[in-house]
Amino acid sequence: MGLTQAEQAVQQLRELYRRYGYTQYRMSKFEPYDLYVRNKSFLVSENILTFTDADGRLMALKPDVTLSIVKNAKEGAGLQKVYYSENVYRTSPMTRGFREIMQTGLECVGDIDLVSMGEVLLLAAKSLETINGNYLLDVSHLGFVSGLLDGALVAERHRGRLLTFMGEKNVPALMACCRELNVNSEAAEFLCRLTTLYGSPGELLPQLKQMVRNERMALALQQLQEVCPLLPQDRLRLDFSIVNDMNYYNGFIFRGYLPGLPSGVLSGGRYDNLLRQMGRDGGAIGFAVYMNLLERLEGTEDSYDADVLLLYDGGTSPCTVLREAEECRRAGRSVRVERTVPEGLSFRTIRKAGESKC
Amino acid sequence: MLNIALPKGRLGEQVYQILEEAGYPCPSIREENRKLVFENPQAGVRYFWVKPSDVAIYVERAAADIGIAGKDILLEYQPEVYELADLGVGKCRMCVAGKKGSREVRDQILRVATKFPKIAKNYYSALSRDIDIIKLHGSIELAPLLGLSDVIVDIVETGTTLLENNLEVKETIVPISARLIANKVSYKFKHEEIIRLCQQVDGLANSKEAAQ
Repeated sequence: MGLTQAEQAVQQLRELYRRYGYTQYRMSKFEPYDLYVRNKSFLVSENILTFTDADGRLMALKPDVTLSIVKNAKEGAGLQKVYYSENVYRTSPMTRGFREIMQTGLECVGDIDLVSMGEVLLLAAKSLETINGNYLLDVSHLGFVSGLLDGALVAERHRGRLLTFMGEKNVPALMACCRELNVNSEAAEFLCRLTTLYGSPGELLPQLKQMVRNERMALALQQLQEVCPLLPQDRLRLDFSIVNDMNYYNGFIFRGYLPGLPSGVLSGGRYDNLLRQMGRDGGAIGFAVYMNLLERLEGTEDSYDADVLLLYDGGTSPCTVLREAEECRRAGRSVRVERTVPEGLSFRTIRKAGESKC
Repeated sequence: MLNIALPKGRLGEQVYQILEEAGYPCPSIREENRKLVFENPQAGVRYFWVKPSDVAIYVERAAADIGIAGKDILLEYQPEVYELADLGVGKCRMCVAGKKGSREVRDQILRVATKFPKIAKNYYSALSRDIDIIKLHGSIELAPLLGLSDVIVDIVETGTTLLENNLEVKETIVPISARLIANKVSYKFKHEEIIRLCQQVDGLANSKEAAQ
């Protein structure tokens, strides 16, 4: 048995990112709690595992890598392209307690243009393809959604609720909410349509064009039109129900899915607003792949713990036992040597040492 | 093949009726036996009965592609799923109820007995009220009668149980009905199947609503 699929994937992804000239970013297991508490709502889960350092400082087991990369990125140094493969510590609503999550991903920080956006999205698609060719990459553009909300004069404080319903694809609730907020009927209809749209760019971009009512939407559409053709069309879907906190994210956001996994395995987007909140200029875009989910993809598990169980007793010389086992391994089989059959393990064949040839 | 989680009990039977009419029948489901999974390859469906409060978990973790769950369960557990349609059945309300004519407790921490701690907590925190939640698993109505709690937060359908126990509805928190939910990944990989089912069911639910 070689590496597990997750371990292989990590190596392949690193190699992929290296080929695109991204450099590895390594960070320590923990950082001062300060960094995370100031940007708590950027994190996927707000719970952070903390402890007190030897000098009394409050430290955190890292819940995220992006914040640290952005904090350490040099300003005005052109583009910083880094990849990482790190464990992060988070809670999830499904599991309640803290979990160690293996994350691999990349970030591109600096002066982001269409080339860098296209490259990051392409790398997201390639990352998924590395793991499974039947992936789907869902792309949304927050500029389009916020442009629509701007046009409908929806106040910032009400947007969260609308976005939550969009995220649930919950059209009845979205309509009720629009009525309550007095959103004009055209904008309400567009919001509902955006929520349910799901399909390839070729099919949907013309529909989006009809909804453009202001400059912000036009700009978003233009970016979609320019970037989508760079990506594998048959694996690409537009889905405007992907929502992220607009205090941090803007522009493209995307999610990657693999058949057989219960939730998305890749998540990313453009987050210029995070930089602004941290008092920096420039833009940033990146994504993370949740490698721990890949364990579920292992498919048919090995039904045996080893191919051969070689039993021996006091009558056989140690030399014979070990030599016989070694011969068997040379023939490509895995061999476990024991005096008695171990409980709870299974073997393809069980035999006694010295009885027959392998 | 779509895997569909149905909530055990009366609501589940009503919902199955809708799905059957919508073109997703599975005759074996009506047979009296102890089987848990029912399949109809022609209609492309596999049904299974699960505890109503577990439907969301089956769907969230993709053991079921779609399922039918009460809005109460969705509000309480907030699963990461799509909520695709309101089936308009299983209608009731999430309410605050207490002893008939009892004075509203304002000077003390309010003791609230409920099966839905999250809904209760969210409701009262929006009102900036400090409450003591008493999580119970059944016979919630008993709590105020025995002085275990001041009020209860629970589902009220007809109000008969409340009435017979000298309780009354104090506030309505939110109306509840059965919702069609889908796993987010299944929605993508089985998109056409799920959308077709959703449209059939939604059309049926709307026409029933109009007839009522």
